[in-house]
Amino acid sequence: MTVTAPQAGDIVLRLDNITKRFGALVANSAISLDLKRGEVIALLGENGAGKTTLMNILFGHYQADEGRVEVFGQTLPPGNPRAALAAGVGMVHQHFTLADNLSVLDNITLGTESLWSRGKGRQAARARIAALSAEFGLAVHPDARVGSLSVGERQRVEILKALYRDARILILDEPTAVLTPQETDALFETLRKAVALGLSIIFISHKLHEVMAIADRCIVLRHGKVVGEVNTHATDRASLAALMVGSAVTLPKAEARVAGPVLLRLDHVSTRARGTATGLSDLSLDLCSGQITGLAGVSGNGQAVLADLISGLVRPDAGRIEIAGVEPASWSPRQALNHHIARIPEDRHKTGTISDFNLTENAVLETYSKPPFSRMGWMNWPAAEDFARGIIARYDVRCQGVLQRIRLLSGGNMQKLILGRVLEPGPRIILANQPVRGLDVGAIAYVHTQLIAARDSGAAVLLISEDLDEIQSLSDVIHVISEGRLSPGFARGTTTAAELGLWMAGQGFEGKDRAA
Amino acid sequence: MSEIFDILISASFWAAVIRIASPLILATMGELICERAGVLNLGIEGIMVIGAFTGWIAVYQGMPLWGGVAVAMSAGMLFGLLHATLTVPFGLSQHVVGLGVTLLATSTSSFAYRLALPEVTSPPKIEPFQPLDLPVLSDLPFLGEVLFTQTAFTWFAFGVAVLVALVLFRTPLGLALRAAGENPSAVEAQGLSVTGLRMGAVIVGSGLMATGGAFLTLSAFSSFFFEMVNGRGWICVALVVFGAWRPGKAVLGAILFAAFDALQIRLQQTPLGADLPYQVFLMAPYVLSILALILMSRRAEVPAALMVPYNKGER
Amino acid sequence: MRLEPIPNPTLGRQLALPAAALAATVVVASLLALLAGANPFAVLGQIVTGAFGSKFALLETLNRATPLIFTGLAVAVAFKAKLWNIGAEAQLYAGAIVAVLFGTGMLGTPFVLPVSAALAMLAGALVLLGPVLLKTRLGVDEVVTTLLFNFIMLLFVSYLLEGPMKDPMGMGWPKSEALIKEARLPRIAEGLRLHWGFVLALIAAIAVHVLERRTTFGFEMRAVGANLGAARFAGVPVNRVLVQTALLSGGLAALAGWSEVAGLKGHLSQDLSPGFGYTGIIVAMLALLNPLGVIGTAIFVAGIFVGSDAMSRAAGVPTYIADMLLASALLFMVLAILLTRVRLVRG
Repeated sequence: MTVTAPQAGDIVLRLDNITKRFGALVANSAISLDLKRGEVIALLGENGAGKTTLMNILFGHYQADEGRVEVFGQTLPPGNPRAALAAGVGMVHQHFTLADNLSVLDNITLGTESLWSRGKGRQAARARIAALSAEFGLAVHPDARVGSLSVGERQRVEILKALYRDARILILDEPTAVLTPQETDALFETLRKAVALGLSIIFISHKLHEVMAIADRCIVLRHGKVVGEVNTHATDRASLAALMVGSAVTLPKAEARVAGPVLLRLDHVSTRARGTATGLSDLSLDLCSGQITGLAGVSGNGQAVLADLISGLVRPDAGRIEIAGVEPASWSPRQALNHHIARIPEDRHKTGTISDFNLTENAVLETYSKPPFSRMGWMNWPAAEDFARGIIARYDVRCQGVLQRIRLLSGGNMQKLILGRVLEPGPRIILANQPVRGLDVGAIAYVHTQLIAARDSGAAVLLISEDLDEIQSLSDVIHVISEGRLSPGFARGTTTAAELGLWMAGQGFEGKDRAA
Repeated sequence: MSEIFDILISASFWAAVIRIASPLILATMGELICERAGVLNLGIEGIMVIGAFTGWIAVYQGMPLWGGVAVAMSAGMLFGLLHATLTVPFGLSQHVVGLGVTLLATSTSSFAYRLALPEVTSPPKIEPFQPLDLPVLSDLPFLGEVLFTQTAFTWFAFGVAVLVALVLFRTPLGLALRAAGENPSAVEAQGLSVTGLRMGAVIVGSGLMATGGAFLTLSAFSSFFFEMVNGRGWICVALVVFGAWRPGKAVLGAILFAAFDALQIRLQQTPLGADLPYQVFLMAPYVLSILALILMSRRAEVPAALMVPYNKGER
Repeated sequence: MRLEPIPNPTLGRQLALPAAALAATVVVASLLALLAGANPFAVLGQIVTGAFGSKFALLETLNRATPLIFTGLAVAVAFKAKLWNIGAEAQLYAGAIVAVLFGTGMLGTPFVLPVSAALAMLAGALVLLGPVLLKTRLGVDEVVTTLLFNFIMLLFVSYLLEGPMKDPMGMGWPKSEALIKEARLPRIAEGLRLHWGFVLALIAAIAVHVLERRTTFGFEMRAVGANLGAARFAGVPVNRVLVQTALLSGGLAALAGWSEVAGLKGHLSQDLSPGFGYTGIIVAMLALLNPLGVIGTAIFVAGIFVGSDAMSRAAGVPTYIADMLLASALLFMVLAILLTRVRLVRG
């Protein structure tokens, strides 16, 4: 399945003993690697292994503390993206660096001409973009506003940005995280064309099957160090996984269970699109007691508004919410909490916690107004601290104490505190929106175990994730969301990733109305 | 009502509108550049004061009028540099720094005025910009009086507005500035310096604000008073919102606003003015600005990264 | 260059940087004195003795600090909830108008002092209610609206003083009638030129401190200010909290005007406040929005004003030096406080 046989090509890129520290944390420790002409190497590692940091150094976003970067034999000046771009390095960031309110053309040409020139006119640029689009199979309209594009289209713009600048080395940071399986195949086609034209590619991922499919060589990072370098022919997924994680961690798998009664029902719910965010279109969903419902889909297809709806932040414009058969009189985050809905938000730093507040304050953030934490308008801080201590003990939150500011916690420990906060009151319904994003394997296993345990004690769980593997291993029933529409539910084991991918790409919804 | 009509068809009224709009246009363009690049500049009120003062004192000390404009602009850029240093690389609150710069610039003007003219009770006058007398054009009926009896400073103001619009929407620099206000990481990823762009925008924008202030002393009133800017800076902040961050619309907003201002001045002389307390008329510009903000609240397309500091490498 | 957070800043760093900000302000003062042709040491000395050097000076400073504590608290509570109330000046005058309305017997009422204080707070609260409702309902930025309200309110006061509230015995000066004795705040002690407004201001500061740290509303207020999105997600009624904060902030600012009229001036005039509303921002920021700290910074700021007045009479340096010093102190201090938490690093 490899693209080209590894050539004895020239070395186009050399990282030499790169070390980068953030305070006490060593993100990269003496990392060296070579990239040859026409070669695809994969940078493999868990979240936090140092992949993105390394690539940000290569591209000049960060400056290394030690070591140097050499491109086509020339040492790059550190901390200078302009120099990296000029040397032919192009980077497709995991979080797209696009301005939504500007056109595709503007985003691509930004910074390609001298700021003190009048500009060469847009016709030439438009023609060049059209040519590149055709050559690499990256169809996108140059005059479209980026904000109106799908996630897949935005990624094409990011790649076009690099190609427009004649990049010879492409770095792609977790490019498939936001794509359907079919879109991933199309991306690989594009990459193969690029390699055939002599470009070299660094492909960052933690998905082993993709790495096996596209890369010639694979470099595994763990805790900021290179722990292995293998040719993809000479290895298999199991040994790569062992290299990546270090010790064998088995992720929990949920066993099938019989569903109980419907606890939360969305009945023909629609919401209007908000700015660039998709709305929901006549969506009906039942969450049953004792069941994990998985929601698969490419990001930006209505997951955010669905999560906001169940969280109480958004009210339906049409249709109804029923909780245990009753429609709530009003709907707000506090109402959602009163109806025993636990909400694990997508962004634990910005939405889930207040980073300048201490652990106690964050632990009672959702229950502060109720006894024993609040009586007659006065806070009972000793009670709140006891509650926080309980969570820290029961959910294994590693911290320096209940008065420590939460911003100093690692992502995993922050998520454990949130888990404790939402699970302690004994919720009936659990919304878990990307609950393991950015966590290491140990923390992932912990979160999954907790979700399964909650299900087993009768809660209805909605798991929203862009990771199909996670969805498939945990869910009792799987729905796919695409452009605000919901697919039928597929019971555990009745569908394949490829089939889900077709739904994710919007096929199969014929006969259903498209989102307004 | 007929009085209003009489006012609206008089050429002198519209000439006054253009005159009143000129300083607003200059300062509004300055604020617009800052906000397009992502920085709210609440130093505007004080920067207009320092511009009014330095321009005036320079001319009073014997500099030519355009020299005074240049001095005002340089002083504005200096305070812009202070604002930019604190808000861009250090990412401090744009609200607090802006108000601090306004306080500093205003008090610096007062302090320097007292140092320069310790004994004076009423501020001396300078010889201001004179209306341009253009052959043929100035003699045109109506239009001649409205457009072609303005001072060169007014033409400068409108010229600046055209230039700002062209640069923002027709050049690579303008694209980069707008991108810095929409998504700074897009700018960084294309090899441009967000810090440089934003600081440059704030410094140049502050220079324009100061020329707006200088218009008051060098073209409109020919003397400097402590309270002369009197909230015009805040009104310009409202005009940027009213103009939806577009130079053309902002100029129209400034003219509309100036029209109401000129109208209220004239209405005070009519029987209506005798019936109502004069303070009601003086309130009009401020009330109008608030109404403009309310009107645009649902529609305005705010630059997405306005007031969001950018720290390299933090994403 | 970029900013890197310092996870656990040392105590030394936390003390040294604000001290450096203060030192920088002193340097600015010295430079300004040199510029004015005066001896910097003499100027600095005269500012300090003019503010704190005698019993008279100290009482003058405390009198001047009284309205600043109120406006400083008003700004501190609002900014704590990230509500940018720049309109304390307008709310101050609202309180002053109410003090005159009830204090000159225009509206006869028993218990004049407590009633007029309560109604003054209400008036100030209502002045801020408009901008905050525009913010919560329509998303109109409150910075510009509250700023513009200051100008509107000053014109309204001018109208009142030349019209309905004009003192017929005022020799044509635009000022109100004097307050009757029952409506005046008494002096703390016979012969001491300091009125009970100062004590009220201290009580207000302690009350706000307790409110922020101990009450449920205080927790909500801090949560909204620290992270509005997370607060909303967690079920904090964000809009209600913002409105309540605005009412509290406006009420506190109004007390500044009320106590100036009832305690110090005895009547309302156009120059009642030399920018106490704006100076309140400096007071609050220098106190890092801490209500108890506001007491200290208000006295410090008042001292600079009072001391500069005295120094100006003696040394001839324009009194505007006070505003310049405070503006510099504000900017130095916000930078210093930032640098206790982050450092500028390369790369």
